[in-house]
Amino acid sequence: MIGLEHFLILSGTLFCIGLFGALAKRNAIAILMGLELMLNAVNINLVAFARYVTTGILTGHVFAIFVIAVAAAEVAVGLALIVAIYRDRISVNVDDFDWLKW
Amino acid sequence: MIDFALHNAWLIPLLPAIAFLLIFLVFRPLPKVSAFIGITAIFLSFVLAVHVGIGVIQAGDQFVEHPLKQVVTWFEMSGLKIEMGVQIDPTSAMMLFMVSLVALMVNIYSLGYMHGDQAFSRFYAFLALFAMSMLGLVIAPNLLQMFVFWELVGLCSYLLIGFWWHKYSAREAAKKAFITTRTGDFGLLLGILLLQINFGTLDLMTLGEMIPNFQEYTNLSVGGLTAIAAILFLGPIGKSGQFPLHVWLPDAMEGPTPVSALIHAATMVVAGVYLVGRSLILFQTVPGAMAFVAFMGGFTALFAATIAITQTEMKKILAYSTVSQLGYMMLALGAGSLTGGMFHLFTHAFFKSLMFLGAGSVLHAMNNDADIWKYGGLKKKMPITYWTFLIGCLAIAGIFPFAGFFSKDEILLVVKEASHGAQFAGLYTLLFWMATITAALTAFYMFRMFFICFHGEPRDKSFHPHEAPFSMAFPLVVLSIFSIFGGFIGAPWVEHGFGYYVRLGEYHHPSVDWAIIIVSTILALGSIFLAYWIYGKKAVSHEALAQKFAPLYKISFNKYYIDEIYLWLIHNVLDGLGRALWWFDITVVDGIINGIGNAAKILGSILRRVQTGKLQHYALVLFAGVVILVLIMSFADTSSASLSLLGGVR
Repeated sequence: MIGLEHFLILSGTLFCIGLFGALAKRNAIAILMGLELMLNAVNINLVAFARYVTTGILTGHVFAIFVIAVAAAEVAVGLALIVAIYRDRISVNVDDFDWLKW
Repeated sequence: MIDFALHNAWLIPLLPAIAFLLIFLVFRPLPKVSAFIGITAIFLSFVLAVHVGIGVIQAGDQFVEHPLKQVVTWFEMSGLKIEMGVQIDPTSAMMLFMVSLVALMVNIYSLGYMHGDQAFSRFYAFLALFAMSMLGLVIAPNLLQMFVFWELVGLCSYLLIGFWWHKYSAREAAKKAFITTRTGDFGLLLGILLLQINFGTLDLMTLGEMIPNFQEYTNLSVGGLTAIAAILFLGPIGKSGQFPLHVWLPDAMEGPTPVSALIHAATMVVAGVYLVGRSLILFQTVPGAMAFVAFMGGFTALFAATIAITQTEMKKILAYSTVSQLGYMMLALGAGSLTGGMFHLFTHAFFKSLMFLGAGSVLHAMNNDADIWKYGGLKKKMPITYWTFLIGCLAIAGIFPFAGFFSKDEILLVVKEASHGAQFAGLYTLLFWMATITAALTAFYMFRMFFICFHGEPRDKSFHPHEAPFSMAFPLVVLSIFSIFGGFIGAPWVEHGFGYYVRLGEYHHPSVDWAIIIVSTILALGSIFLAYWIYGKKAVSHEALAQKFAPLYKISFNKYYIDEIYLWLIHNVLDGLGRALWWFDITVVDGIINGIGNAAKILGSILRRVQTGKLQHYALVLFAGVVILVLIMSFADTSSASLSLLGGVR
């Protein structure tokens, strides 16, 4: 029988993979992909809690749909930024993106 | 007319003020018109002053105790009321007459002396401004108004000493005069403030009533009041060229000669004497202050006279003579005699301005070459100057019946009386002898100059001296008349003479002390004869005398090295102190300020390394922060305050 714990373990694993990707990858596109993984881990969490804890109430589902919409927008902006930076720097390596320091 | 003058005495300083504005703003390009306006204004002031004088004399001694006072409130706030106005009493009436007369004479004299000068109009403008300031000072009913005009005459003095500003020495002399007198004025202002704080008023009449019973009104001790008087006296020390602030007065001779006659002989420099005379009650209440004034005066008189003996420029000799005579006046005031001080001030103004104008006439004739050893034999070339100058010399030497005789003997008399008094008898006895010696020295150095300049053969044939024009000769004649007869108003045989009007306290009929008269006359005549013996007849070589007394001669010729001492003090002590304070400012004060700034900078340069600019570092720190927060929230006591601070839930 598959219970809540399985979903939580899946989403936790997925979140950690995403976090590692976001923190350790050098390619900006890969970082965005890591972020997507983390967001989807959260979505699994939300839907799982909605199914097992608050059965019959659709708040978790609706929230997950919102997260998907926001994530789509965020990726659009993020990709646009990366394309703009790439045109300037001919690079998508985040080690080169250090202009925000003093 | 007399009544009008008495009640409208404020017009007397106002007329020259109007003349000043007219000349300065409108008629500056027209020198003749400027001179006309200046002379007319001061002449009208003089006429008014004469009528004021007549009015005061006609009123008898009624104005002595109850001066005619008209005031308007200048400004008022709680605890402080400052008035401006006019106070007419015999002392101020006498000063009005004297100042306006000498100013008028100098204005006329300048027509000839300043003829052709590029800044002729400016000269008349400044003369008018000076006349306004001095007349305003004289009629001041309170110490603050006096102080305001006191500073104004100081400004005029500065402007007129530096009148020929293209000369380096004139510029320097003007600065020296201003700075030196300002040093004293600091004390004067402090003294005035102390009086205001303690007595709550600066009005001369009110102060005159309060000060004798000062213990009723204030909690000052005798020592405290003595200190106030001594601080106040610093102003007169600076303005009236008393030792040790006399150094500016001889240098002030860089100005045009009419200015020296008006400002640095007859009027402005006596402002200090006048101020002490006006506040004499303050000094009289505390005998210590009186003795201080008397000693400073007596010492300055002798000190300056010994310098004057060896100087080689007419105006320098006259300047030191002025310092010496001002000391004489201070001595009389210090001996408690307003009459003596003011009487000598009155007569001195005439014969000293006469001699300055005479010296100006000589300088004019000798193309402004100041060295008296180039003169000689001017008697034949300049008879009017010669005779008027002789009158001036006789007057200052104190020969009967010239003006100086009466006033000088009056001073010797009051000092002698003071030496029989209860307090400081020894000091006054010493001062009496110092004054007597000074009188002899005065006669000597005056006639030394007289014989060198006017007698003998011309030493330098390249000069072609000529007699002064009418505009310059006329004031000489007028002033010499006053130098001859001016003393009679205070002569012992006059029933209600000078001392009846200008006095403080009860009237004492001037007594005759034959011992003083005989001794001072013998000393004066002896000194004149000695001067004739050395410089007129040349029986003894003056060069040999100078050789014989070389150390004394050198000290006197170099004015006791006072200027050098001041320079040394300024270069070493003052500059050294300045350097020490500069070092303190640069290292300690700036060090602290810069240190604080640098500390922040160093701290920042360390902390800014946290900002790597790498996005992933920020993200890592952010995540670590979240992890730490979650850990705290899971392990901390759920009821602790720190949890709620972190936004946790119970």
